[in-house]
Amino acid sequence: MEKVIMGNHAVSYGAKLARAQVIAAYPITPQTQIVEMLSEFWAEGLLDAKFIKVESEHSAMAACIGASSAGARAFTATSGHGLALMHEMLHWAAGARLPIVMANVNRAMGPGWSIWTEQTDSLAQRDTGWLQFYCESNQEVLDSVIQAFKIAEQVLLPTMLVLDAFVLSHTQEPVDIPDQELVDRYLPPYDARYKLDPGDPHAFGAMVAPPHYMELRYKIQKAMEEAVEVARQADGEFREIFGRSYGLVEKYRLEDAEVVLVASATITSTARVVVDELREEGYKVGLLKVRMFRPFPTKDVREALAGARKVAVIDRNISFGHGGIFAEEIKSALYNGSHRPPIFGFIIGLGGRDVTPASIRGIAEYTFEHDTPEMEIIWREVKNS
Amino acid sequence: MRLALKALGEKTILVIPACCWSIIAGAFPYSSVKVPLMHTAFETGGSAAAGIKAALEVQGDTETTVLTWAGDGGTFDIGLQALSGAVERNEDFIYACYDNEAYMNTGIQRSSATPWGAWTTTTPVQHPKETPKKDIVAIMAAHRIPYTATATVAYPEDLVRKFQKAKGIRGAKFIHILSPCPPGWKMEPAYSIRISRLAVESKVFPLYEVENGEKWTITVWPKREVPVREYVKLQGRFSHLTEEDIEFIQENVDREWERLVARAVQ
Ligand SMILES: Cc1ncc(C[n+]2csc(CCOP(=O)(O)OP(=O)(O)O)c2C)c(N)n1
Ligand SMILES: [Mg+2]
Repeated sequence: MEKVIMGNHAVSYGAKLARAQVIAAYPITPQTQIVEMLSEFWAEGLLDAKFIKVESEHSAMAACIGASSAGARAFTATSGHGLALMHEMLHWAAGARLPIVMANVNRAMGPGWSIWTEQTDSLAQRDTGWLQFYCESNQEVLDSVIQAFKIAEQVLLPTMLVLDAFVLSHTQEPVDIPDQELVDRYLPPYDARYKLDPGDPHAFGAMVAPPHYMELRYKIQKAMEEAVEVARQADGEFREIFGRSYGLVEKYRLEDAEVVLVASATITSTARVVVDELREEGYKVGLLKVRMFRPFPTKDVREALAGARKVAVIDRNISFGHGGIFAEEIKSALYNGSHRPPIFGFIIGLGGRDVTPASIRGIAEYTFEHDTPEMEIIWREVKNS
Repeated sequence: MRLALKALGEKTILVIPACCWSIIAGAFPYSSVKVPLMHTAFETGGSAAAGIKAALEVQGDTETTVLTWAGDGGTFDIGLQALSGAVERNEDFIYACYDNEAYMNTGIQRSSATPWGAWTTTTPVQHPKETPKKDIVAIMAAHRIPYTATATVAYPEDLVRKFQKAKGIRGAKFIHILSPCPPGWKMEPAYSIRISRLAVESKVFPLYEVENGEKWTITVWPKREVPVREYVKLQGRFSHLTEEDIEFIQENVDREWERLVARAVQ
């Protein structure tokens, strides 16, 4: 069934179709409509889930951890400050190897308060052990919720899908809402391998001394490595059933491209249009969309950039004291490979400032005009710089 | 806010955790208040104020009043831990909670201050709120703090007197203000004062104060008494309630009022 819905409601439909059993969430702009719609589904009897209207995001994640530990499929959604408040429990969810799924609507961090889009909130959770997927369209958002459960439950790691504030969360797009029957075929009910079970009592999360702690961490990393192929497979199976897939990365007009733009989330859509225009004007330019950020698809990125003479990474985020986070990740992915083109790191659009086709054209032109970047961070459209 | 700041004077520092007042106070680069204002994270109204007070004291300023101005969500829910911690330590500040009985900034979701039976977007009419409003004043009083009070803008002299009294007391002070929210309560903006007065006259929101957790005093005895029906019927958030539901609310209000009267010094 096709419907015109906003990104937030695409998340709600995704969680409903995935038959999330326990939903614990807390309102925060611009995520709130996700929870409101789930609450409506539940009130109308369309969602057979237990809804916990907790008193903070820290409690939302803790409740999901409890639910998942007891064997239920758990879901939550948050944004910006809410995600930051969850931080301790994000480590906990991953360390406890729980396949919780969460949608995060990218929102800039305060102070000053901002409700607009920026990726620093979710990228700052990079090292917590969560898988992360950055979505470009409302369809991708809905589909990614369903895929996220499929992947998380195989590798036993929590998974976050990320969408831009307002640009996706509040923007209406036509979305195909898959049949429940097909989703059920793709995503069987969750059968927890390990859970709190009076019939088989175990203690979870007890003190681990140095002789064992490191092995537990080693296993998380192994599961992350495994997740690359699991995610690829989950995306392939999705295509077989629903006729759509997204890849871990997407290569757009990379054949003979001298300059490759690297983007994520909604900036990708704008960049695609700009690449088409520039191609028409004779520029050899292509686009690499990075959809999966954790685990980082190093092999795919190396392959995609194998022919690039120069790479321009567009970051709507910043790691203060270093630079754009995607740029740093791309640099580190290429360093031990055989091809190391110059990497230009652009920072743009923080706090939800619009990134227009002209902005992206400017980035491409800069990259064509320079052999190497003039500085480690190239700020775009900043007043007084 | 205007009345509170008038009562407290210029030597006041204001702390606002995330709430509607984060917006009302003005967006960068403006401020609609004439005292220093620190916006702070949603859950930190109690702890951020404690830090400011400590900094003033180490610099020899014992005069400036620190006022936290927070919504019900920031007080009853996400900020309760920080608030409880601050008042238990008896930090010398005033914590004012303007209570519009839901998360209004984010578009009307229930909080633990939402009353029984009310509609919000997360307590839809098919499943309105099934639990009573958290009794925050009793919780504060149970901390045995020097001063706890309730107030509304329908009784401005009472409200101003309470802020003035709080200013003169050392230690933790908590003032709970009922604040009608026209979109959230589905009511006419012109009825804000009338509904605030009806809340008092119907005993839904009595005006009283508690000193040291022990001395309970009713500060306004309503001249006119009205049934709860008068209060709820002006608000769309209660329009789905049946006669029995309203009767149920009435019984609870009567019982709470009797309990308050029994506790109060006459
Ligand atoms: C950690 C965190 N979670 C959620 C939010 C989003 N948020 C901002 S204000 C608000 C509701 C505030 O409700 P209340 O305290 O009752 O004040 P009101 O808006 O009703 O005035 C919420 C949920 C936030 N800013 N920070
Ligand atoms: Mg409120």
